[in-house]
Parts: sequence; C-alpha cells; structure tokens
Amino acid sequence: MNIKDRMSGNEAVACALRQINPDVMPAFPITPSTEIPQFMTTFAANGQIDTEFIPVESEHSSLSAALGAEAAGARTVTATSSCGLAFMWEILYVAASDRLPLALACVNRALTGPININCDHADSMGARDSGWIQLYAETNQEAYDNMVMAFRIAEHKDVRLPIMVCMDGFITSHAVMNIEVLDDESVKNFVGEYRPEDYLLNSERPMAVGPYAVSSYYMEAKRAQAEALRNVKRVALEVAREYEQISGRHYGLYEAYRMEDAEYAVVLIGSAAGTAKDAVDKLRAEGKRVGLIKIRFFRPLPAKEITEELRGVKAVAVMDRCEGFSDNGGPLGAELMSAMFTGGLDAYAVNYIYGIGGRDVKVESIETVFAALEEIRAAGGTEETYRYLDLRQ
Amino acid sequence: MIEIRWHGRGGQGAKTAALLLTDVVFGTGKYVQGFPEYGPERMGAPITAYNRVSDTEIRVHSNIYEPDYVVVVDASLLHVVNVLAGLKPGGAVIINTDEDEETVRGHLGGYTGRLYLIDARKISMEALGRYFPNTPMLAATVKITGVMEEHEFMGAMEESFAHKFAKKPEVIGPNMQALKMALAAVAE
Amino acid sequence: MDEFSKINESCTWQELTEGMKIFTGGNSKDFNTGEWTTIKPFIIEEKCRQCLLCTPVCPDSAIPVIEKRRGPVDYKHCKGCGICAKVCPFGAIEMRQEDVSAT
Repeated sequence: MNIKDRMSGNEAVACALRQINPDVMPAFPITPSTEIPQFMTTFAANGQIDTEFIPVESEHSSLSAALGAEAAGARTVTATSSCGLAFMWEILYVAASDRLPLALACVNRALTGPININCDHADSMGARDSGWIQLYAETNQEAYDNMVMAFRIAEHKDVRLPIMVCMDGFITSHAVMNIEVLDDESVKNFVGEYRPEDYLLNSERPMAVGPYAVSSYYMEAKRAQAEALRNVKRVALEVAREYEQISGRHYGLYEAYRMEDAEYAVVLIGSAAGTAKDAVDKLRAEGKRVGLIKIRFFRPLPAKEITEELRGVKAVAVMDRCEGFSDNGGPLGAELMSAMFTGGLDAYAVNYIYGIGGRDVKVESIETVFAALEEIRAAGGTEETYRYLDLRQ
Repeated sequence: MIEIRWHGRGGQGAKTAALLLTDVVFGTGKYVQGFPEYGPERMGAPITAYNRVSDTEIRVHSNIYEPDYVVVVDASLLHVVNVLAGLKPGGAVIINTDEDEETVRGHLGGYTGRLYLIDARKISMEALGRYFPNTPMLAATVKITGVMEEHEFMGAMEESFAHKFAKKPEVIGPNMQALKMALAAVAE
Repeated sequence: MDEFSKINESCTWQELTEGMKIFTGGNSKDFNTGEWTTIKPFIIEEKCRQCLLCTPVCPDSAIPVIEKRRGPVDYKHCKGCGICAKVCPFGAIEMRQEDVSAT
C-alpha cells in the first residue's frame, strides 16, 4: 500500500532504512549525508528500530566496522559523502572482494578542493572501480525505492556484493517534495529476514574471510568477482519486477525518456534528468525529435543496452557531473562513447562536464546542449568532443 | 505552477518558512517543492529559499530565476540583494517592513508592480512578545499567493504547532494569533 | 569433501570459493612451511632434562608435548628461528644446517 507523504531525500532514505530495520549501522557524520545517521539514531532511541548504531571516529572506521558486522552475519548499512567516501577507499575494495553485501547511502558531493559542499558526482565516480554496485536516483522517490530494493539485489546468492545507493547532495537530499512510501509491513515482507549462508558467527561452519592471494590466484579471484557484478543486471531487473507489483513503480537499469524516433539524445545521471525531461518536453512541443537516457545503474553499466537504445540517433551528448582529468572527458563519457564505438554506432558524440560543485542546471542549460547537437550534425562533426556546460569563458 | 523565492538572513527562519509552506500545501493534494540554496552556514548572511506549487508533477530541480512571488523576510536586504531579479510580469513582492509604500518603492528603484507590506515585527512582538518574522510572513504569503484556502492553512498550522510545541502548548495560541493578525494585515 | 582441499593452482576462476573464503579451520597442517629455512634445531637427547621450556616459546608450536614429555621437532612447520636453542638452559638444542626432509 502506498502512502502519500512529503520528505527530503535524506528523510526518504532514512524512512526506508527504518522500515528495513538493519542489524548494524556504523556511521560518521559529513554533510550532506549527516541527516541519515541522525534520523537513524533518533529511531533507535525511540525504539522504532533495533539497529545497533555504532558511533565511530572516522569513515575508515565506519566502513571497517560495517565490513566486520556484515562478515559476522549482520545486515549492515552506513552513509557518507565526499571526503568521507574518499577516506573509506581502502575498505571499499575489501568489502567488494570479500563479497559482503552491505549497503552505503552515498549523498553525492564535490571533493575538495577548492572546498565545496554541493552536488557533484566526483565522490562515487572515483569509487567506480572498487567493485561496488552503484545505483543513482533522480528524485527523493527513487532514492527511497532504490534503498528498499538495495539489499535484495546485494544479498542475492548470484551477486553478494556491496551496494552504493547514491543521490544528489542538497538538490535531492535536502529538497522536500511529494513522495509515496510503502507501509512498513510491505517493506518488511519485501526485504525479508537476512539469512546469510556463511557468516563468521556460525560455529557449525567456521570460515576465514579476506585471505591473501598470491599471483597464481588473484587474477581468477578478480574474474570471479566480475561475474558477480555482471549478474547484477539480471537480478536487479527481477527485483524491480517484484517491486513493481507492490509499489506500482517501474524500474529498469536505465530510463529512456521520449527516445522513440529521437534524433538527438542526452545521457546523464541524477537529479538533472528531471530538469532535462522538462527541456525534452519543451523541444518536442516545438517539433524537435529529442530524447533522454537517464542512467540508474552505473555499476554495472548497461553499456550495450544503452548503445542499442541510441541506435538511429544522429547526435548524442553524454554528460558527466564530475571531471575525469583524462583530458578526454568524464567517466560516463569515456565509457559510453567507447561502448558506442565497439557497438558500431553511427552517431556524433560529445561529452559535457556540467553541474560540478553544485552549479545549477536549468532547463535552458539542457536546451543549449540539444542546440549544440544540431549544430554538430549540421557541421558534419566537431573537433571539440569534450566540453563544459554553462562555463564562464 | 506557482514559483516563490524567499529572501532572508541566516537564522531568521526563511528556510523554515519555505519548508513549512511545503508541508501545509502538501495537505491540499498538490505537488510541492521546498528547498534552500545551500552553502556554508552563516548567521545573518543573506540566504535564498524556494517553493514550487503545481497541480502536476514537478520535475525541474533548478533554482527559481523567474518567480511569481518574492518574499523578503528582512527589509534591510532591499539594499543588498536585487530582490526583483527575474520577477514575472504581474508578479508580486511581499516585504516585512514598517516603512510606507512610497519609501519602499523608492528602495526598489521606483518599482510600480504589485507590492504587499507586512509589519511582521509589530505582529510578532504583539502576539508572541518576541521577534519571529517567519510565521506572519508565511501566513501573508499563503493569502497573497492563494496556494491554499485560509481555513485549510489555519487548520494545518494548528496541527503543525501542536506537534512542534507538544512540550510547551502555551505558545500555540500566540502563534495562531500571529497568523490571524498577518492574514488580516494583508492589503495591497 | 570441503571446498578447501579442492582449491589449488590449477583451478579455474569458476572453481574458487566466493570471495576466496576458506571454510576449513587449522589447515596449516596441510602446508609444509618447514621448507622456508636452511637451519634447524637438533636435540641432543642426553643433555635434555625435560624441563619443557622450549615448547611454549616456539612461535610455530613445532615442539609438541606428548604424555608430559617433549616430543620430536615438527620439521614440517619449524622455521628455524632458534629461540628454542636460546632458551634451553642445558645446551641440549643445537642449530645446524642439515637436511631434515626425510625426518
């Protein structure tokens, strides 16, 4: 049963976590994710959840504690942003290679410097090769739905990988908007009890986690880990289908918006997708054949599926809300454009860096991107395949 | 869609007013959005907050550049910020001030559009004995923008105060009084 | 059969345990780590008084106690550190470079 409410993104994620009632939550506060552990400690103090909240002295410790708790057999969650995630780096890889399905609510924020607290995907994008599943939200609604689905995906026996549930700092985390949440019972039944097959506290079947692997094992170990991430695509769609039955909300690996017969397309991640949808509607009303692809899963990246979605499009702008400092564009641009090349896609493509450090993205901003795509097609290509949006120059 | 831009100073409750507006308008079944422009917390510094109210789903996440209404919680900002920036033709400005209309229009560079002046300090001091400008400004904004009916608003606020002031119910009455006085004070 | 004994250097990636987890306790007995050294302790039986001081100081638990008496050195796990020889009050342990693979 859906209940209409209004919440900020942080409140929505905390609401999902209250309903999930995880066993353990170690966390260290950092803006803009601080409210999530704040809500959780309130729920715990009020007796609404029986989560063991562990206050720690750093993010390195919070993820280490989370890893230990998850290995012991407890359903575990933590939350962080920006430099907090950076401080978790070492342990991110350990959690993934140890195949521990814990969850992390990441509220995306710029990395220093210059010092900035606003929305930017540099934090989670930097962690893109750590082996975690990464799931991004456009709205508070998606942040909630993603959190409810997260453990089902992560804990699936064919996956068993940690999952990062991301949303845009402030834009999504702090804006109060309408939302529909499920009743507590429905979420509880959907997520279910956590019954890991193997865990450290199981005296019946002792095990060691996190061994040393010499060169003759490491490569095979990594290939096995990659297979688990590959399985996420299938599992995530199964979980989404089941979730649709109780929520009425449909989710795929990505969202294609007005892509049928589109000649020009924008591909991006996060809250800017909502603004871009308004731009697409406006241009469609003017007779322009434009569309949008919004990434939901960045890890694994449904690159082949998106390439197929783009077949027939004349020009594409892939947009990154973070710099990649490759002198060749941001991470989404680099990965999707290489997939488009290997997929034999015949379209002009450019990569935009936009919205970093909280730079506001307007409907008009996206309109200028579509206008640039038209120009590129008319000119038969462009030398400038790596650009900045709304940059003073 | 109605778009409202709030100008205030850190600590005066402009952000709280924008979020309260989101809260009460939600009860009418409309789509709402309430968010402040975030930066480092600085008490007394100029801050901006925004509201969108719509009968259809709100997807845009940008700040508001062409508001239908501008609410100024602190009149000293008239000399600091261009509060009229992007104001839609036919839009209105709502200002907390004890100055007369002519003087305020002078501060606004001879602005001739719709203007509402509310002496929120006087109302707050009379009703609450303390200066909380955001409550009277919220009431005035609801009445002027027409985002919801007055009686719906009063009902929702009473509920909100009952929750917020559960441990000091004696302040609920004076707060309701401040809202009533602000609603009565609204005149173009 | 447990997963551990199935894992070796010719395994394919599909045959490894999830996250390389190890499900068998005490599996060090299956590894001949005693080959990591060239010198080994040798006990001169006539000098040994069975004081058992050598046993608890061994970092590899390679000097067992059997029926309240010191047992033979476990050369499969002894790394030749020489602590036992140092603590022996009777000079009953000598470190020598000698092949013990047959022992």
